[in-house]
Amino acid sequence: MATALAKAAEGSASVEHAARIEHVSKSFAGPAGQQLVLDDITLDVAPGEFVTLLGASGCGKSTLLNLVAGLDRPSTGSITTDGRPALMFQEHALFPWLTAGKNIELALKLRGVAKNERRGRAEELLELVRLKGSYGKRVHELSGGMRQRVALARALAQDSRLLLMDEPFAALDAITRDVLHDELTRIWAETGVSVLFVTHNVREAVRLAQRVVLLSSRPGRVEREWTVDIPQPRRIEDAPVAELSREITEVLRGEIRRHGQH
Amino acid sequence: MASTETTDTTADAPVKDSSGLGGLEAGLDALETSATSRTPFRQTFVNKILPPITAIVVVLVVWQLLVSLKIVDDPSKLPSPADVGGEFKDAWLEGKLLDYIWTSVSRGLLGFLLALAIGTPLGLLVARVKFVRAAIGPVLSGLQSLPSVAWVPPAVIWLGLNNSMMYAVILLGAVPSIANGLVSGIDQVPPLFLRAGRTMGATGLKGAWHIVLPASLPGYLAGLKQGWAFSWRSLMAAEIIASSPDLGIGLGALLENGRNASSMSMVFEAIILILFVGIAIDLLIFSPLERWVLRNRGLLVKS
Repeated sequence: MATALAKAAEGSASVEHAARIEHVSKSFAGPAGQQLVLDDITLDVAPGEFVTLLGASGCGKSTLLNLVAGLDRPSTGSITTDGRPALMFQEHALFPWLTAGKNIELALKLRGVAKNERRGRAEELLELVRLKGSYGKRVHELSGGMRQRVALARALAQDSRLLLMDEPFAALDAITRDVLHDELTRIWAETGVSVLFVTHNVREAVRLAQRVVLLSSRPGRVEREWTVDIPQPRRIEDAPVAELSREITEVLRGEIRRHGQH
Repeated sequence: MASTETTDTTADAPVKDSSGLGGLEAGLDALETSATSRTPFRQTFVNKILPPITAIVVVLVVWQLLVSLKIVDDPSKLPSPADVGGEFKDAWLEGKLLDYIWTSVSRGLLGFLLALAIGTPLGLLVARVKFVRAAIGPVLSGLQSLPSVAWVPPAVIWLGLNNSMMYAVILLGAVPSIANGLVSGIDQVPPLFLRAGRTMGATGLKGAWHIVLPASLPGYLAGLKQGWAFSWRSLMAAEIIASSPDLGIGLGALLENGRNASSMSMVFEAIILILFVGIAIDLLIFSPLERWVLRNRGLLVKS
C-alpha cells in the first residue's frame, strides 16, 4: 500500500487535476435526429478529491462517466485524466469464471505486475476491503455487498489515480449500503485516490463527498455545486447531512418540475 | 486477561472504530452467504441413478412379457432378451465385442477431434469478422439442419470406400455444430464484461484471450456436446451405407450385417451398442465438463 501511495504522490506533483473536463458536449443519434445529452460540462477533480455527480434520470451522468473512462468520445470539448481511470459499475461486473482473488490478479496482470507479486498484492487488496480469506471464493458464493467490495479491490488493483463509480451501491439493500459508505470513506482516506461518484441518491452524495455537483436533465448541464465541509466520519442520518440534503433536494425538485411545464 | 488489557490500551480510537465496522461487516457477510455442501451419495443415488435403472428394468420386463405371453410370436421380428443377451455373450467370447466398439469409437473420436480443430477457428472467424459472418454464417446454421446421411453418397463418390470418407462425413456433420456453438457463445457474452475488460486494459487480442473466450465457454461446450452427437450419428449412417470388408466391422456395419443375415438379435445388439456408446461418451466426457464449468460460475441450479 505504501508503495502505491508514494507513486501516486510522485505522479501528482506534476499534474494538478485527477480529471479535467472542459466544455464537453455529447449528442447521440436518436429517433428525432441528434439528441443533446451533455451540454458544455466543465468540471475538475483535484488529486485526492471526492466528488459526487448528482442528477435525476436523463441527466447523462453515466454518459459523462463513460466519457471520462474513455469508453466513448465527447462530441466536442476535451477530457484529460491522470492516467487511465478505474471504473466501478452498479453491477459488480466480476468475471464468474475466476475466483475473487483471480479477478483482482487479472487487473494486476493487465497492468503489467510481475507474476510472483500478484498473489501477495491481491491478498493485500482483499484485506483492505476486509475480505481476507475470500481469495478462493467463486463470485456466486459471495453476497451482493461482498461482490461490490471485490469489485472495489479490483478497481484499486489498477492503481489508477482516479476511481470512477457509477452508482455502485444502488442495487444493495440499505443496511449493506450504509456499511459500504463507511468502507469507501475509510479506503478513500487510506489510499488517497480521487473519486468521481455518480448517484441519484442525494443523501448518499452528501454522506460521501467533499463536493456535490448537481446536473440538470435533458440536456445535462452543471446546475449547481455545493462544497460539503461536514467532517468525516459522517453518518447518513446526521443532522448536517440531512439539512444539506434537504436543500439540494429542493433545487433538484425545482429542476425536475421544470420538465413538466412544457 | 492480561493480554486483552494490553491490546485495549495500545488500540487508539480510530482503530477501535474501524474494528467495530469490520465486525459489523463480518456479521453482514455471514448473514448473507449460505454454506453450500456436496449432496451425499445416498441422495445422488436415489435422485439420479435409481430412476434410469428402474426405467431399464421396466423395459426389459415388458419386452420379456411380450415374448413369454406370445403377444409377438415371431423371433425374427422380436427376439427374446435372452437371445439378444446370447448374441452379446458370443461376441464377447469370440473377442469381437470390444473390436466392434473400438472400430467405431476410435473413428468417431478422431473425427470429432478433427472437427474440433476446424470448427473452433472457423467459429472464431465467423463471430469476429463481419464479412465472414455475412458470407457463411447463414450457410453454417443451415448446414446443421441438413441430415448428414445426405453427405454419404457424394463422399463415397469423391473419396471411395475408405476411412477418409468416414471422416469427411463426420466433419460435415460436426463442424457446423461446433462453430455455431462458439458463435452463439461469443454473441451471448454480456457487454458489461467487455466494458469492464476495456477499462482494465483488455482490448484486442488480450480482450479475446482474457474476456471473450472464457466468457463464451458455456456456449462453446454446448456446441461440442451437440457436435459429438452429430459426429456419432453421421458415422453410423456412413458405416451402415458404406460397408466394405476393408473397413473393418464397426457398429454400423454390424447392424447392416445383422439385416443381411436376417438376424434380429444381431440387429438389436448393434442398436443397443450404438445407443450405449453415444450415451456413455456424453456421460463420461461432455456432461462432467459442462457441469464443472457451469458449477464454477454458479449457473448450475441445484434441484
